[in-house]
Amino acid sequence: MPTATRRRAGVRRAVRRSGAPLLLLLPSLILVGVFVYGLIVANARQSATDNHTAAQATGQAPTTGVGLRNYLDLLGSEEFQHSLTNLVLYTVVFLVGTMIIGFAWAWLLDKPLRGEGIFRSIYLFPMAVSFIASGVVWRWLLNSNQDEQASGLNRLFQMIGLDALQNNWWNNVSVGIVAIAIPAIWQLSGYVMALFLAGFRGIPVELREAARVDGASEWKLYRHVLFPQLSPIALSALIIIGHMSLKAFDLIMSISKPANYQTKVPAVDMYVFKSAFDYANAAAVGTILLVIVAVVIVPYLVHTHRQGKS
Amino acid sequence: MVAAAAAAMALALAACGGGGDEPEGGGSGSGGADEVEVFTWWAAGSEKAGLDALVGVFDEQHPDVTFVNGAVAGGAGSQAKDLLQTRLQAQDPPDTFQAHAGAELQDYIDAAQIEPVTDLYDEFGLTDAFPPDLVDRLTASDGEIYSIPSNIHRANVVWSNPQVLKDNGIDPAATYADLDAWMADLDKLEAAGVTPLAVAQAWTQVHLLETVLLADLGAEGYSGLWDGSTDWEGPEVTAALQDFEKLMAYTNTDRDGLDWPESQQLVIDGNAAFTVMGDWAEASYAEQGLELGTDYDAAPVPGTDGVFDFLADSFTLPVGAPHPDGAQAWLETVGSTEGQEAFNKAKGSIPARTDVDTASFGEYQQSAAESFQADTIVSSLAHGAAVPVATSTAITDATSKFTSGASDLAAFQSELAAAAAG
Repeated sequence: MPTATRRRAGVRRAVRRSGAPLLLLLPSLILVGVFVYGLIVANARQSATDNHTAAQATGQAPTTGVGLRNYLDLLGSEEFQHSLTNLVLYTVVFLVGTMIIGFAWAWLLDKPLRGEGIFRSIYLFPMAVSFIASGVVWRWLLNSNQDEQASGLNRLFQMIGLDALQNNWWNNVSVGIVAIAIPAIWQLSGYVMALFLAGFRGIPVELREAARVDGASEWKLYRHVLFPQLSPIALSALIIIGHMSLKAFDLIMSISKPANYQTKVPAVDMYVFKSAFDYANAAAVGTILLVIVAVVIVPYLVHTHRQGKS
Repeated sequence: MVAAAAAAMALALAACGGGGDEPEGGGSGSGGADEVEVFTWWAAGSEKAGLDALVGVFDEQHPDVTFVNGAVAGGAGSQAKDLLQTRLQAQDPPDTFQAHAGAELQDYIDAAQIEPVTDLYDEFGLTDAFPPDLVDRLTASDGEIYSIPSNIHRANVVWSNPQVLKDNGIDPAATYADLDAWMADLDKLEAAGVTPLAVAQAWTQVHLLETVLLADLGAEGYSGLWDGSTDWEGPEVTAALQDFEKLMAYTNTDRDGLDWPESQQLVIDGNAAFTVMGDWAEASYAEQGLELGTDYDAAPVPGTDGVFDFLADSFTLPVGAPHPDGAQAWLETVGSTEGQEAFNKAKGSIPARTDVDTASFGEYQQSAAESFQADTIVSSLAHGAAVPVATSTAITDATSKFTSGASDLAAFQSELAAAAAG
């Protein structure tokens, strides 16, 4: 067979092998390409202009490229640094809180226990409530009035004689954002519990029995047998909670207000910029958020991809 | 399955695209006098009652034009403004939309999204019906007017609970010449353990700030802040900001989580003595069956007597609206004596026209209408009359930073100066 014919046959075979799947994937590839990646590019281009006014947004006034100027201005401003600090604080507390509580609940429920289903449901239920709805209640619980005017949690502290615990919650300008992590932890600990519980249940009983037969203490059993089996679950939980936390917006909007300096995070900044017709800065904040989330997610994706291959 | 879903999505998108073209084609053909979509954020309470009354007059005056209610509820207008921004951007404007009269319109003007209505002022005879001060404030820098006000509100009003004042040895009938005299009484209340002054979230703090600036700088000095003739960095402004700082120290600590009706409720319930709020607050007192003079009092903010710090809702003529003739009919009703009387009586505001008979209006409204005719008129900062959206956002951010304790007075002042400079 001449080489040309053989090559053509090879191409035909390749098309036959991957053509149909490719054809099936093509529509979603195009949609994702245009509506996700295309818009990310459009957003990045917007962020590199001086489109800061309503007139420029509609093309009545010219916009020019300013390169990375918006990013430098944003990252250099005290206000945006405050937003980023808030975001880090919120994320750390939210992550640590949900992981510890979620794990503890899963560990308790892993023991043979009567009415386990009831407890599981109780812990999971808060997740069914939207952040906006729970935010309305928590706004009242986290009222910052103290002493005679107190209400919400501060009043509760007074009633049980723990007056010293009263504080101004999210109105503290340096660490107030941590108070907003409390309802977030309350809502998502149950979810982390469900993940860990599934992890515990996925560990074969034989492993535990074998460890016990070998004379491992309870601690050693957890340390050397169970924890290593749980680490993929823990990583997934970290990534899921972490990326939710980085995009925090609705809970903050419903407990606090977009203008409140003490609870600003980048997503709120983006909203405020957009409302004031400052599309370039809104786009720049969006890109910064995307990069932060990517820093967290991409290594995870690479990791799972490698695992899938091996 | 993915392909099927994608195909369905593609179909849906194509359908959307087709649907989007329709209004344009329909609009350009006819003169569009058969209907009018009116976009507002008057979806509840006294605002909705006002709109309903206005529509009643509209149906009488223009029976051939169908009124389409485009009201969007939520967030004191912020939801509506967000949606409006999107619609204007997508070149799908309503036939007419509600906007604060004055500088807040500048963004729409700069973006060439609304048309001047100066001709309509002549056609409907509005130029002489509105006070000259108001027409001045409505005129944009290019000499054109871009909206027709439906109602006027006063921002520099202080509301008080006479019972709380009496209980703490303060004469409820007392009037205060300036902020210092007022603060002497606020001190007494503070010592007695009452919250002397109630405020709510950031914009209400800006609202308080604007009345303090007005009290300390006077009408001329205050207006100068917006045209550049008063120096934001000057010692007079510093003194005013010091007063603002003192006043903020008298306020409730949970302010940043409250909406304005909640801070009114603090006064109504006797948990606070005073609050500064625009006269739309009147409705929250009236709704609870309270009597002016016995259950609550209203007075100009100390130091601002004789000045009317105004804001107005107004209606516009968007570029490319599908029914421009319908919109003109609506604007005619909005500017008419009958329309202004019916609307304002129900909403609790006062007519922008000076020739409306207010004899049947509420007691507070009548006194406000008198002041509106007699007083010097200045533009409100917190409500879009004095500065465009970007400036008021920057001022609100700076104020929140200051009142939450993240910046000191000097930093606050220079941030305000930078915000006002644009």
